Amino acid sequence: MADQKFETPAFREYREIPALQPDSMVHLQPFVAKPDHNKPLDFPGELVDNWEQKAVEKLGELLEKNKALRVYLDSCVKCGACTDKCHYFLGTKDPKNMPVARQDLLRSLYRRHFTLAGKIAPGLVGARDMTKELLDDWYKYFHQCSQCRRCSVFCPYGIDTAEISMAARDIMDHIGLGQKYCNEIICKVHVIGNNLGLPQPALLDTLEGLEEDVLDETDVEVKYPLDQEGADVLLVTPSADFFAEPHVDGLIGYGKVFHQAGINWTISSYASEAANFGMFIGSYEQMHKISNRIRQAALDLGVKRIVFGECGHAWRVAYAFLNTLAGPWDFLDPKYPVPQHMLEVTNDLIKRGAITLDPEANDDKVVTFHDSCNVARATRMGDMPDGQFIIPREVIKASVNKFVDMDPQTIHEKTFCCGGGGGLLTDDLMELRVKGALPRMEALKDVVDNHGVTHLAAICAICKSQFTKVMPYYGFSMDMVISVHQLVGDALQLGAKE
Amino acid sequence: MSVFFAILFYVATIVLVVGLALRIKTYVATPTWLKIPVTPAPLTKSGVAFRLFREVAFFESLFKSNRWIWIFAVLFHAGLALVILRHVRYFQADVWLVIELAQPFGIYGGMAMVAGLLGLWARRVVQQRIRYISGVSDHLMLALLVLIGVSGLSMKFVAHTDIIQVKAFFLGLMRFNIQELPADPNLMVHLVSVAVLMMIFPFSKLLHVAGVFFAPSRAQVDDAREKRHLAPWAAFMDDNR
Repeated sequence: MADQKFETPAFREYREIPALQPDSMVHLQPFVAKPDHNKPLDFPGELVDNWEQKAVEKLGELLEKNKALRVYLDSCVKCGACTDKCHYFLGTKDPKNMPVARQDLLRSLYRRHFTLAGKIAPGLVGARDMTKELLDDWYKYFHQCSQCRRCSVFCPYGIDTAEISMAARDIMDHIGLGQKYCNEIICKVHVIGNNLGLPQPALLDTLEGLEEDVLDETDVEVKYPLDQEGADVLLVTPSADFFAEPHVDGLIGYGKVFHQAGINWTISSYASEAANFGMFIGSYEQMHKISNRIRQAALDLGVKRIVFGECGHAWRVAYAFLNTLAGPWDFLDPKYPVPQHMLEVTNDLIKRGAITLDPEANDDKVVTFHDSCNVARATRMGDMPDGQFIIPREVIKASVNKFVDMDPQTIHEKTFCCGGGGGLLTDDLMELRVKGALPRMEALKDVVDNHGVTHLAAICAICKSQFTKVMPYYGFSMDMVISVHQLVGDALQLGAKE
Repeated sequence: MSVFFAILFYVATIVLVVGLALRIKTYVATPTWLKIPVTPAPLTKSGVAFRLFREVAFFESLFKSNRWIWIFAVLFHAGLALVILRHVRYFQADVWLVIELAQPFGIYGGMAMVAGLLGLWARRVVQQRIRYISGVSDHLMLALLVLIGVSGLSMKFVAHTDIIQVKAFFLGLMRFNIQELPADPNLMVHLVSVAVLMMIFPFSKLLHVAGVFFAPSRAQVDDAREKRHLAPWAAFMDDNR
């Protein structure tokens, strides 16, 4: 990249853990939200006058509301097990990107105000008052965490830095220091219904375009319905699926699957977004509001099932939170879990023989699969605990003859984040995104060199966008990234069913 | 002197028991805002119990993450467990058979405990990343535990104390009848440092002992699609939608 102001990290030959480079990322922070992005979300427009005190008060409130936060802030013994587990640390070498050091930015304030030791002897236990210096570190380093939960897998006490980052971002929002990228997007969802701000006519236009494309290509009239009352299935998919590459090919794939299985489905323009950025900013209220658009759409359209498209953090909110935030689902068909993942639907159809795939259609590809962090460590698919690893691979293997997994240390529950999750998929953080992708790129390089892998299949809108953007920095073509449902769509035998 | 130690241990015991009970009460009383088990997670309560058991008994996650820390941590904690078993006899007039049998292992436990602590401490000094995250209290905590271990072992290998009299003192304490305590310096150091440890327990990172059972990432059942998980403070939002 000719115009870059930073160096793309070099592949580490022996995956050695880097020596610390203090403050190597202290220069990087995302754009601050403007009053226009904050006020509609009931956050103060800009940093309030008594923000030091307000921050402590908000922390106190969260401690009452969230057991995880309280237990995690108490439990850490500084054993160091997490220090080499974060992709951002491995890629940036900045010690404050070690999970425990990131947590300590919040823990130091907690200890000062909410523990006896921190009140009596702050110096002894690393307790600190809220200062501009500490707040600056918060804003920088809590926006260098993608809430991927990899550290929590390795922590002997299950401490999840994602919870701590969410709490810190929630506190910052409540003192008027929000992040522009997330807050601006949430505003769009409330007004228009999706992150990208695509209004209903634009969606309709896009979907009609897709129908024409598929008809041209396959001679089959596959429908991509919008706001169709009485449909059986409401598909909620990340709005990037409507136009971004390679996302849109995934959406084409969902449509083909529904068509071939004879399932009557629709997209809702009111709830045309699977991603829920309320989670990134740690706001239960925002998550609740955004989630209930889906409930409303399901009621308005009179659907029987809700199915989510390929998206990682979205599937976390959908799988783990949606029932809590927007349930109960007593008005939907009790035969199906609510919500279902598109991969669960496709996998069932394949297993039942309701659709037929010809993997030879993808014989020009050797495919590997990137486990999205939040799908892997915060959700499940199917009815067995490892379903989120098994089902995507089963579907890929039914669609492709040549499949190779990456290094076992980098897949399943140990998967590395793509580097762009958790509200960091913004150009103002490009340096972080490139550096954070290092561990995944190294694992990809191995299978490309040793197994001739040509495509990296993903099931998350953020992963897909992030990879297409950062892979060229590592010498890979952006065309290597592919949606799992593109593989399915290309292998699907349309119209062959009797 | 004996009165001083008697008061010290009464106070230490109260601080430990009440402090820990209050902390656990807080943990129990605080709701979890959402379903956040780290997956793959068990689908049943008994599965979760087994997951926590593996975590507490074998340090499963630590084993996955760092073999050296795991070895030292197991040496220390398993050693400490044996040492505690050995010490039970000072609180029993009639000693149980299992405690009798554990006596010789308690000595090895004491050695393993100190070895593990020194290993953990060495990592804290030598390993750059862990040095960076270590605070003063982290070093002091190790110093205190090593002091307890070494002063204890010294009574076995260097200068014996009148252990019969020590036992009489503690049995007396349990019956509110203060007995004479031998005035040996290593015993004094041992007892004072143990009492200090008991008193800082509920206010320090030693709370990990309780925290490990309450971390929602490990202690929750993976059943989010089957059961709603409404925190009491969030329930009102259902009415406003």
